[in-house]
Amino acid sequence: MSLFEYAPAPESRSVVDLKPSYGLFVDGEFADGSAGTFKSVNPATEEVLAEVALADAADVDRAVAAARRAYDEVWSRLPGRERAKYLFRIARIIQERARELAVLESLDNGKPIRESRDVDIPLAAAHFFYYAGWADKLPHANLGPDPKPLGVAGQVIPWNFPLLMLAWKVAPALACGNTVVLKPAETTPLTALLFAEICQQADLPPGVVNILTGAGATGAALVAHPGVDKVAFTGSTEVGRQIAKQVAGTSKKVTLELGGKAANLVFDDAPLEQAIEGIVDGIFFNQGHVCCAGSRLLVQESVAEEVVDRLRERMRTLRVGDPLDKNTDIGAINSAEQLARIRTLTEAGEAEGATRWSPPCELPERGFFFAPTVFTGVSQAHRIAREEIFGPVLSVLTFRTPAEAVEKANNTAYGLSAGVWTDKGSRILWLAQRMRAGVVWANTFNRFDPTSPFGGYKESGYGREGGRHGLEAYLDV
Amino acid sequence: MSDTSPTARSAVRKTYKLYIGGAFPRSESGRSYPVTAPGGEFIANAAQASRKDARDAVRAARAAQPGWAKATAYNRGQVLYRVAEMLEERRDQFAQQIASVEGGPLDAAHAQVDASVDRWVWYAGWSDKLSQVLGAANPVAGPYWNISSPEPTGVVALLAPATPTLLGLTSVIAPAIVGGNTVVAVAPDACAVPAVTLGEVMATSDLPGGVVNLLTGSTAELAPWLASHLDVNALDLAGVAAGSDLARELEVAAAENLKRVVRPRAAQDWSADPGLGRMKPFLETKTVWHPIGI
Repeated sequence: MSLFEYAPAPESRSVVDLKPSYGLFVDGEFADGSAGTFKSVNPATEEVLAEVALADAADVDRAVAAARRAYDEVWSRLPGRERAKYLFRIARIIQERARELAVLESLDNGKPIRESRDVDIPLAAAHFFYYAGWADKLPHANLGPDPKPLGVAGQVIPWNFPLLMLAWKVAPALACGNTVVLKPAETTPLTALLFAEICQQADLPPGVVNILTGAGATGAALVAHPGVDKVAFTGSTEVGRQIAKQVAGTSKKVTLELGGKAANLVFDDAPLEQAIEGIVDGIFFNQGHVCCAGSRLLVQESVAEEVVDRLRERMRTLRVGDPLDKNTDIGAINSAEQLARIRTLTEAGEAEGATRWSPPCELPERGFFFAPTVFTGVSQAHRIAREEIFGPVLSVLTFRTPAEAVEKANNTAYGLSAGVWTDKGSRILWLAQRMRAGVVWANTFNRFDPTSPFGGYKESGYGREGGRHGLEAYLDV
Repeated sequence: MSDTSPTARSAVRKTYKLYIGGAFPRSESGRSYPVTAPGGEFIANAAQASRKDARDAVRAARAAQPGWAKATAYNRGQVLYRVAEMLEERRDQFAQQIASVEGGPLDAAHAQVDASVDRWVWYAGWSDKLSQVLGAANPVAGPYWNISSPEPTGVVALLAPATPTLLGLTSVIAPAIVGGNTVVAVAPDACAVPAVTLGEVMATSDLPGGVVNLLTGSTAELAPWLASHLDVNALDLAGVAAGSDLARELEVAAAENLKRVVRPRAAQDWSADPGLGRMKPFLETKTVWHPIGI
């Protein structure tokens, strides 16, 4: 029962001036690709947003050569304080064009405007602002007496936080004196291309940032290119493994930020109101397209029924639909392919005997949508408890003792994040110590900040992004 | 040449065995290989570790890991310092063994023992400083307490260099264990002789069984099993030639479960100041958030 009638509050898309087609951004200019084009689609409507150039190995060659030239002749010679100014400029332009970027991000990715407006874009700007300040302070970063840039960084990013992941990659790389060739995800290239325009507005020297749009083959060619000194990848564990094999035996430095299957632990003394919000934020934020999503809810048996009941009540209030509607909580699934994967895994959940529940919710007829879903009666062996679904699907398991909670939480090949909900301070610290995960959120979930290192244990990858720690990925120390 | 006169006493020789889980077993394979001096003279038969021994060693390392990580940093530091004490006391024994398996003058062997003792002491002091040097308090833009600290990655497989025998072993083992990891180290070929003696030092240094496990034998035989073992978290390729096919193959095998890999260096100077380079790769950064409020 809602207090107020719902009325749509759509954000205007007129703030975005989409061109019918976009080229590759190499050496400071937009140019056609050598391998034709592909289309980027609005996942909420299935309309084509723009045609984008498809980069092949020859384009990778050109871009790496441009990045090398810019590194040798300009960027590595600039004093840190001058590099910093460009990064500060970029941060400011992102802030100035925040609304445009937010709308474009929601159009291309399908995420609710509330999230692109309040999370993705402000954090991207903050990331540039934070790393800008490091550019002339690297010897004070406590990483070594004489830190040096690595050279040309090849960066491949995913579709779930397109501009934010770009910022996570580009800002520290540039601050440390490297130049970059970045490949955005196939389904979300548009904010990266708008970022290329921002680089032009900032008068960033040509070749310091190069953006190649394309698919897996483009990324593979970039990673394999002998002119690349550093590889940074965010994406699936499967592709991360391939990259680790590909760079074996080379001198390329690698950081990998891969998949996750985070446990979110709720104890019987937890502040339940807040815990429910945290659970919802943990799994339904960004349609669950979050590598650190709290996709395994582990509830202490004594409160399991109450938590699940309250969670279901809360889920009834979630609005699924138009990403540009400011009321929307859950937007569109990013692609037909991802929607199919979510369906396959949820069907496996039912087939393996877990109980599926979704609130009654009308999904738009067009576009890729999936209702928020919770599975109860899940066992540790179920696929929905082991595999990363990357969708708005929560698996609920129970535990009795703290030791059992730790055992179950760590029973995964992943180790990216974990959540803990309890009022007892000593128990929080005891659990935080035992979680085999790179980020532990206690009485909160899915918090991100440029100053806070992020990255995984085990098969969630290696290296850290963010904070002082994030510098090391781009420095020879 | 043995003395066969009626009053002569024959020496009681040592059997060189593996060091796994705090015990000294023979290789389950029953194999051994002769360790010889550079000139070819027989020194001892060493146990030739097998795939099964490697797996047993990983299991022992895994079992010992939580306890070792849970020990206080002060305690771990004292244990590493105790290794240095025990090593110092056996200075002459190690020098003789090093001189016999590596060749070269006894003075140089003594210098290597001294460098090894000093290195154990250096690493011992790191145990309770790593968190301060590698950790951080992060000023996030919101009402949250946020702390990053280093934690051990888990079980580390180490391929020790063939020479310098004792200093090489020390230089790969000490940095890996000081932060709370447990290790399986392959001591190749003639390195077996000082390695097993180092195992005896460790067994008498309050180092819990399983924290360090030593396999003697062939790197080429054992390394692929360790590199592909899914319960090993990290791999140090120190003992493999840089740029070799083996180095690349091991890195490929290690990628299967995303092991942290330390690649070999072409010109590794084991006597140089080691810095943080062999500790950091085996430490994970964990960041904990908590809201601030009343």
